Amino acid sequence: MKSRDEKPSSFLLDEKQSKTSRAKVQIRDLAMTFRSDSSSVEVLRNINLEVFPGEFVCILGPSGCGKSTLLNLVGGFIQPTGGEITIDGERVTGPDRRRIFVFQERGVFPWLTVEGNIAFGLFNLSSREKETTIRRYVQLVGLSGFEKAYPQELSGGMKQRLEVARALAVNPDVLYLDEPFGALDSITRLLMRSELLRIWEAEKKTILFVTHDIEESVQLADRVVVMTARPAQIRRIVEIDIPHPRDLSSPRYIELRDSIFEEIGLAHKV
Amino acid sequence: MRRIEKVILPLVTAAVVILAWHLVVVGVQATVFPSPLAVGRAMLELLEEGRLWRSIRDSLMRVGAGYGLALLLGVPTGMLLGWYVSLNRVANPVIQILRPISPLAWMPLAVIWFGVSNAAPIFLIFLASFFPIVVAAANGVRGVPRMYLQASQNFGLSAAMMFRRVLFPAILPRVMVGLRVALGIAWLVVVAAEMIAVDSGLGYLIIDARNAGKRYDLVVSGMILIGIIGLILDVLMRSAEGLESVRWGFRKE
Repeated sequence: MKSRDEKPSSFLLDEKQSKTSRAKVQIRDLAMTFRSDSSSVEVLRNINLEVFPGEFVCILGPSGCGKSTLLNLVGGFIQPTGGEITIDGERVTGPDRRRIFVFQERGVFPWLTVEGNIAFGLFNLSSREKETTIRRYVQLVGLSGFEKAYPQELSGGMKQRLEVARALAVNPDVLYLDEPFGALDSITRLLMRSELLRIWEAEKKTILFVTHDIEESVQLADRVVVMTARPAQIRRIVEIDIPHPRDLSSPRYIELRDSIFEEIGLAHKV
Repeated sequence: MRRIEKVILPLVTAAVVILAWHLVVVGVQATVFPSPLAVGRAMLELLEEGRLWRSIRDSLMRVGAGYGLALLLGVPTGMLLGWYVSLNRVANPVIQILRPISPLAWMPLAVIWFGVSNAAPIFLIFLASFFPIVVAAANGVRGVPRMYLQASQNFGLSAAMMFRRVLFPAILPRVMVGLRVALGIAWLVVVAAEMIAVDSGLGYLIIDARNAGKRYDLVVSGMILIGIIGLILDVLMRSAEGLESVRWGFRKE
């Protein structure tokens, strides 16, 4: 009797442990409340999430729900008021160049050329290594011929690719993307998604991608983490079991997409 | 057509102004105010005596020294005040009280401290340009988008590297505007300072021409020289705003 009781629990423990050691990013009981003298705003409550190496995870939620706060916490730019975040078993206490944050297109430095921006994080390299790295990432993101151009001479999509190149150049294991395509027009946004997937497949990075766009999340992610309104909790995690390249008119795509629409309480009709 | 207009129209304006000036002086038979011809002759006289270039050189030298000093000290001071909020709280009351005091009000003290020497006008020019530069740099730092600083943190830059590679280039366009304003003020102040504290330069030229024989043709020549050089300085500052490292800040997105 006793032994039968123990067996499943130890089995569960084993599975948990093996998952723990495999997880790249682990978020445990995370809570965030912003306090000022007169008020306090609870933004995140009881967030538990694991992200595995090489995984593409989208964090999806309504505008202002706190998903960007979550990403800033994981990025180490702010400290949580409860719970903890570990990456490779190491507690996150601040930003780290092994994990680079990509902002909307305005994150590139306007006073540096394409080359200069990509070289920004490469201050430890010799000038020859720098040159090789720059050439490699200029090519990877398709900015060849624009090496000497300044960001203001580039289109929105090119600026965004430049920022991704700047991030990749320091060879991080994780990329955090905070609504990176939010400022782009819808056609550019579609192109950028397939570009990002191509780069992700080539570079094998773990990606955390914040968006409020349901279609975007289902097109990109291995798993979509659907958040509630503030204080944000995880409502559901949807596994997108469609291989890339994804057919956006396949029944499975539409089924998954609509299930998220439903989850959020939106009728998918205009 | 357009380019010709750009050159011809200002020349036409200048010709009309000079002609009107001439007609008015002749018309009212002015005895004090010189005609354009008299001013032209006075200008030639200054050129032949060598006073023209000497005066210009001395004034520019004083502006260069006082303004250069203000630039070297003002930009780092402003950056520190913009970056360290508590330092700014300490320093701001002093700056805000000193800033509205015309630099010329320091003249009596400057003469006591430095005597009749180059140091007095240089000190006044320094005071005049220091505060606009400090304020521009401090405001620039406060206006730097947070994501530039986060990116610099994220890539692991040290504080010193961050100041040099992110903060400084990020504020440069705004600092350039402050520098231009400061140079304009410096040029105003040098003329006034030279009327009192020294015996050379364009300001002294004007006051000396009046005191030593009521040579108003020389007075007006000096005024015109001051105007032309001020214009040239401003054009130079403006063209500096076209430099690659600051041009981005003057574009509208």
